[in-house]
Amino acid sequence: MFDSLNAICEKAAKEKKSVWQVVIEDDACQQDISVEDNLDRMMTVYQAMRASDENYDPSLKSNSGLVGCEAEKVRKARLEGSLMCGDLVSRIMERALRVAESNACMKKIVAAPTAGSCGVMPAVLLTIQEEYGYSDEDMAKALYVAGGIGSVIAHRASVSGAEGGCQAEIGSASAMTAGAAVYLRGGSNEQMMNASALALKSLLGLACDPVAGLVEVPCVKRNVIGAVNALTAADMTMAGIESKIPPDEVIDAMQSIGRRMDPSIRETGVGGLAGTPTGARIREEIRGNL
Amino acid sequence: MLISDIIGPVMVGPSSSHTAGADRIGMIARRILGEEVVSADIGLHGSFLATGRGHGTDRALVAGIMGIPVDDERIPNSFTIAKERGLFYQIHGVNLGDEVHPNSVRLELRGESGKSVELIASSIGGGRIKVVEIDGIPVSFSGDLATLIVHNLDQPGYVAEVTSMLEKQSVNIATMQLNRSNRGGDAIMVIECDAEVPECTIRSLEALDGVLNVTYISMEA
Repeated sequence: MFDSLNAICEKAAKEKKSVWQVVIEDDACQQDISVEDNLDRMMTVYQAMRASDENYDPSLKSNSGLVGCEAEKVRKARLEGSLMCGDLVSRIMERALRVAESNACMKKIVAAPTAGSCGVMPAVLLTIQEEYGYSDEDMAKALYVAGGIGSVIAHRASVSGAEGGCQAEIGSASAMTAGAAVYLRGGSNEQMMNASALALKSLLGLACDPVAGLVEVPCVKRNVIGAVNALTAADMTMAGIESKIPPDEVIDAMQSIGRRMDPSIRETGVGGLAGTPTGARIREEIRGNL
Repeated sequence: MLISDIIGPVMVGPSSSHTAGADRIGMIARRILGEEVVSADIGLHGSFLATGRGHGTDRALVAGIMGIPVDDERIPNSFTIAKERGLFYQIHGVNLGDEVHPNSVRLELRGESGKSVELIASSIGGGRIKVVEIDGIPVSFSGDLATLIVHNLDQPGYVAEVTSMLEKQSVNIATMQLNRSNRGGDAIMVIECDAEVPECTIRSLEALDGVLNVTYISMEA
């Protein structure tokens, strides 16, 4: 367990290792298991992420009826060639929706770091694996990079919307994914952390304001911005852009913003989008139906 | 905190706290009862009551009570499965007070032998849970470690007896709590252990005079 991203990098530098190695070794030690077994476990988790995408059912709607069937619309438009995003980003957008919709429809997903943000990481990682041909072992190592970043965020700030707003869920997922993507693209340890800082900075302040308190609106589509934001943060980093605010200080800023957030925008379903006239009307309609 | 707490659990959606956490509470309540559950009274508190239905909290609790784990895709159908298995359940709202975590539930379970348990547990985020009360006595444990719960008369000597039995088996104690209903009344000892407690130790504890009940939550399936 590390209390800063800097501590991970310092240990890695001292032992001439990559981030994933120091994270997996520390985690294996906590559980009293071997590094090999720990890597195998993560390969299983990666398979579960893949399954959460593959098992998408385009005919399903959530219990409330608010979300579902929408990834399929993106798929059709992508196959027609009518999207502006280009092929790679379009595939990421579609996957983020597939996994996040599956979650809303009570299908099996991997919380990463939360169920509400479960679409971000698989959307980017499965798609760049498809694009660049990384092995499943590479992907499991990338998940340890993501996990190391996520555990520092959880330690210094929070990964819970109820405590820190949506920045703590989609923001954390995006930061973790950006670091993992930089690892896969061959970036340095410091670049992995830099990408997480760039990703998190762009989502600071995001409120958790789900309509009727359900993990549906706007949560499903926020998985798309979390995923695309991770990709651009990784690309900016690999192009040589550095975050002016160091990664650990960005996490501390998130914590400080979370503390100042009014409870009405921390997963209570009261303020923000949930409190709009339409959000309130939907809440009353759902109460009658469920 | 482990990396599997951050990337994981693998679970049925939509909410780690309201769905996976609720299922885990049901599972741990079932293990504390220690036998097949025939009836369950489920009192939803706070946010569990306000948004539980839309998050499948009710179905996840019933699934957990039947031993259906967080990653089992039968969770959405748990009400139908309960009917098939003859599990009687009723779900309603309760107010457990402002001090209790908003994602909490009070469960009263009755087993096939007539044995019963009443507990309050909270889902504290990311699917992690905490049992906060058993049979009216405050406790605090997560179910992440092997846990020994000894219910005894509030008299001197039990703590020494239990800890020396664990010491003989080289079982290291991770955390330990003592609570009681009132002086000389019922007491509860909750011990989280780094290793499994052998069956023979549990039997010897049960045989002690003044020990009312011993519950053991193993980490093995």
